[in-house]
Amino acid sequence: MEKRVVFKNKVLPYLLLAPQIIITLVFFIWPATQAIYQSVLQEDAFGLSRIFVGLDNFKYIFSDRIYYNSIYVTAIFSFSVAAISMSVALMLAVMADRAIRGATTYKTLIIWPYAVAPVVSAVLWYFLFNPTVGMIAFFLKSIGVDWNYALNGTQAMLLVIISAAWREISYNFLFFLAGLQAIPKSFIEAAAIDGASPAKRFWTISFPLLSPTVFFLIVMNIVYAFFDTFGVIHAITEGGPNEATNIMVYKVYHDGFLGLDLGGSAAQSVILMVVVISLTVIQFRYIERKVHY
Amino acid sequence: MVEHRPWLTVVTHAILILGCLIIAFPIYITFVASTHTLDEITSSFPIFPGSHLLENYIRALSVGPRDLGATVGTMMLNSLIMALGISFGKIFISLLAAFAIVYFKFRFRMFFFWLIFITLMLPVEVRILPTYKVAADLNLLDSYSGLIFPLIASATATFLFRQFFMTVPDELCEAHRVDGGGPIRFFFDILLPMSRTSIAALFVILFIYGWNQYLWPLLITTDESYYTLLIGIQRMLAVGDQQAEWNIIMASAMLAMIPPVLVVIFMQKQFVKGMTETEK
Repeated sequence: MEKRVVFKNKVLPYLLLAPQIIITLVFFIWPATQAIYQSVLQEDAFGLSRIFVGLDNFKYIFSDRIYYNSIYVTAIFSFSVAAISMSVALMLAVMADRAIRGATTYKTLIIWPYAVAPVVSAVLWYFLFNPTVGMIAFFLKSIGVDWNYALNGTQAMLLVIISAAWREISYNFLFFLAGLQAIPKSFIEAAAIDGASPAKRFWTISFPLLSPTVFFLIVMNIVYAFFDTFGVIHAITEGGPNEATNIMVYKVYHDGFLGLDLGGSAAQSVILMVVVISLTVIQFRYIERKVHY
Repeated sequence: MVEHRPWLTVVTHAILILGCLIIAFPIYITFVASTHTLDEITSSFPIFPGSHLLENYIRALSVGPRDLGATVGTMMLNSLIMALGISFGKIFISLLAAFAIVYFKFRFRMFFFWLIFITLMLPVEVRILPTYKVAADLNLLDSYSGLIFPLIASATATFLFRQFFMTVPDELCEAHRVDGGGPIRFFFDILLPMSRTSIAALFVILFIYGWNQYLWPLLITTDESYYTLLIGIQRMLAVGDQQAEWNIIMASAMLAMIPPVLVVIFMQKQFVKGMTETEK
């Protein structure tokens, strides 16, 4: 796609692009190449010596039980966040799409938590589940659950999943509702006249037509769970207890910033980069082209 | 709809109300906790607002939490500066870049386009240490420029404006040129006023994005006077074995939510437009 009418100027376009390009080069491209470069080096924490070690950092990572644990934890975490927030959001969106009266009010009431930062959402749920001051923790104890996420890895995982999923419901709701409202009402009405029940209409008409939205949201939710939930982990569990919530992004930060294992952290960054690039490519290629009816 | 199912309508509303309540519950409890004293919070589980609202908020805003060295007022100001800096910065440089890409033909145009595109694939989370090092080398640690500049390159904003510019009829540009106008006049007199709604939609999204930044400020601020509110809240929580000051933390959490939530509620139309257009 190109404009038919363009301005002719030798210098101006470069000047206009300069701010964006300079920022991109200095803060994006250069650090990314540095990460790749460091991932093949072994450096001591003071920067006094560095030696080229080839793929040793990667070999080490992929022989490390803790890294496999981190991959596993990340997978469980992102799958759960996506599944919980998407299913709740879909149900609410279907209901809001039905409720002609009050639909806008419900919409406002459901979408605003999107504005709450992940870390603030973490603080809210941390408070509720806190063993000493939390209302839900108290309730759980009173029904006989031995609740202490600081010691129990499964409970810690549950807490970060709830914190991360709660806020994401709004995001998914917004896209599901937009998707549902784009489905021509005549399809649904025709099916209703033929005697199809609301549930059947949903599963045979609305849901298939929503599939592009579903695939899009799966990718976006995975990206969110992988990268934007750093604050949730950092504020509540710091990867613990015993690595139970040590998601990959947190591990990069922890190993590099606190553990000062520069090469190892850089190698993990490179692995994450590959993940983002694949997700972006899937989003742009696969979703835009293939999932259409 | 062609059918009448009163029961289903009742169920629909019941589920929606239940959903809204579950979504609002943690915020309500936060608000309640922010109106009690620490003793009241730790000794019982208050579910109705108490009488210490003003006391807690004033203390948070002007004195600040124990041992932190910065007031919530200062940290809110830092968050605001960062959020506004990021949103205006991103909008500004993206408008210029999109204008160059759409309205000019020049060497390496596609190369630059791809260079901008690549930033989509490099979130700060995957280049934590090297970006920190660049910021340190450029003397940007503990400064507003450090909080803002590394985050203002944006592929999404550039694409949004590019897409919008492509829909602007060529005749406008042609007429402008026939009248002897140059590119800069065209940009300010025609393109910018026409982009108002896109800019507003983008502003809402970017303000929330900027306000809610966490990892980057965490890395580059060690001086309390540059803490953003979100970093401050995390610091208040991380008190080790001491009792966290929940009343102040909860008041701060409320204050951290209010600006972006107000923006979403009052600019809902722009928010929804921004969300659906930048992401898809």
